Amino acid sequence: MLHLVTAVIKPHKLDDVKEALKGVGVQGMTVSEVKGFGRQGGHTETYRGAEYTIDFVPKVKIEIVCGTEDAEKVADAIATAAQTGKIGDGKIWMTAVDRLARIRTGEMGTDAV
Amino acid sequence: MKRKLLIGAGLVGAALLLLANPAAAQEAEEVAPASQIVLDNVFVFLCAILVFFMQAGFALVEAGLTRAKNVSNIFMKNLMDGMAGILAFALVGYGIGFGGSELLGGWFGFGFGISGIEDPAAAQVLNLSPATFFFFQAAFAAVAATIVSGAMAERTKFKSYFIYSLVITAVLYPTVLRWTWGGGWLAQLDIPFSDFAGSTIVHATGGWAALAGAIVLGPRLGKYGKDGKPRAIPGHNVPFVVLGALILFIGWFGFNPGSELAADNLVPQLAVKTLLAACAGAVVAMIVNWARDGKPDVTMAANGMLAGLVAITAPVGAVETWAALVIGGIGGAIVVLSVSFFDRMRVDDPVGAISVHGVVGTWGTLSIALFARYDDAFLGREDAGLFYGGGIDQLSTQALFVGVHFVFVFGAAFLLFQAIKATVGLRVTEEEELAGLDVEEHGHMGYAPDAGGSSSLGTSSSSTKPVSV
Repeated sequence: MLHLVTAVIKPHKLDDVKEALKGVGVQGMTVSEVKGFGRQGGHTETYRGAEYTIDFVPKVKIEIVCGTEDAEKVADAIATAAQTGKIGDGKIWMTAVDRLARIRTGEMGTDAV
Repeated sequence: MKRKLLIGAGLVGAALLLLANPAAAQEAEEVAPASQIVLDNVFVFLCAILVFFMQAGFALVEAGLTRAKNVSNIFMKNLMDGMAGILAFALVGYGIGFGGSELLGGWFGFGFGISGIEDPAAAQVLNLSPATFFFFQAAFAAVAATIVSGAMAERTKFKSYFIYSLVITAVLYPTVLRWTWGGGWLAQLDIPFSDFAGSTIVHATGGWAALAGAIVLGPRLGKYGKDGKPRAIPGHNVPFVVLGALILFIGWFGFNPGSELAADNLVPQLAVKTLLAACAGAVVAMIVNWARDGKPDVTMAANGMLAGLVAITAPVGAVETWAALVIGGIGGAIVVLSVSFFDRMRVDDPVGAISVHGVVGTWGTLSIALFARYDDAFLGREDAGLFYGGGIDQLSTQALFVGVHFVFVFGAAFLLFQAIKATVGLRVTEEEELAGLDVEEHGHMGYAPDAGGSSSLGTSSSSTKPVSV
């Protein structure tokens, strides 16, 4: 059984999270640069005399597919490493994965993790 | 085209006049012909423009070696180093450096800024009018100030940096000028100092102030891992670095040849030595870096070219052409090793300014004591170099020069940065440093979201309320 762990974190925390994940045995992940906001809201700036608002803040999204029994461990590692205590730390969620395959070898299921 | 013909005709006419009247030709050796005066002023004026263009070069190099989230800030610091720095120099610094009153036995000076600049009878330097000389010196002052912004990049509050920038161009740099080109104590020694275009006076002044700033600031967040080893923080734009370095390269042909302060037949030789030192610096730096690190780093090669240029800046008037290759090449080797040295010493210098300008500037100044063959108008004699039988006299003076200079500039800058830190604060907050200085310090990104094809996702403008004027 496989799960996808997705986390949206602060960009400067990526290195710490990556180290923490290596520490729990995760051997691969996919990372993308995203923008987002939660309850923190935006703020106003001025450009050449005109105001504008910045709502979206740069974040990093990490996606890891792992065995269901490891998902909790992976999520905890991310949460601990990514936390700063300040607003905007992010969120983590898990979803079930129906199928996984390694393209190079054709392995399927947990062998492909 | 018409102007060239007129100048050409003027020169031919002047030459014919001299030929037609041998007595006048004799007199021309004592009194400069009007054409030579015009030539000298126009030449130095054009050289100053090349040096002003170096501001663009510095800005590009520094931006390329730092991260995109700080690009507005680094360009603003460079812009203001030039603009505000030159104002401070015009109002205060120029008088301290070159004004009529020498104080404290040549350790300080005073004058009323640029008040005499329109007076044709005011004191001149060689054939240069006061306006030409000030214009040239202002360009150099801007260079000295702008060196520091690179070492302090990505974590310095803009207003704090601005304060420092005014002080260095108003007081610190002009004091060094007074000691040297302003005719002060270093020029009055029995064996006077030599620094033709300013390896120490301009470049090391910037370099040592940069060292003080980097130390007082501390390293960027994330520069040193938990094990204390330095981590690379790659810059965001390698093309900027190389283009910036090439702009500096071109500008240096105003910096060195212009320091002759005359349009004479020494100028092309100064240009050739400058050129060869740049080439040697770039190639040697590339080789040393390649051998040590396994692959040739483009930014290191660019730094090497700049190191070669900084190294030859002091000795360019005194050394033989072959020596320019050696001096520049050694500069290139030094810079590669020096950058790693400061990294290991936990002095975070994102652009290598301390190494290129401070360390190599000192090397260039000392190299005069070894390689000086000709009288560069500072040495007062030929064969002053150790390798030409000149003994160690010049070496003593050059060592005294770079030593006292270091103590003064580093010490004064260190105290200044500590004072700024204790009053308005020097470094930005951790949140700001992580988010990037562009929005926090200046209110806008350097790279707007829709530049370069990335989506404008996430920005909205509320144009309902313009700020009232």
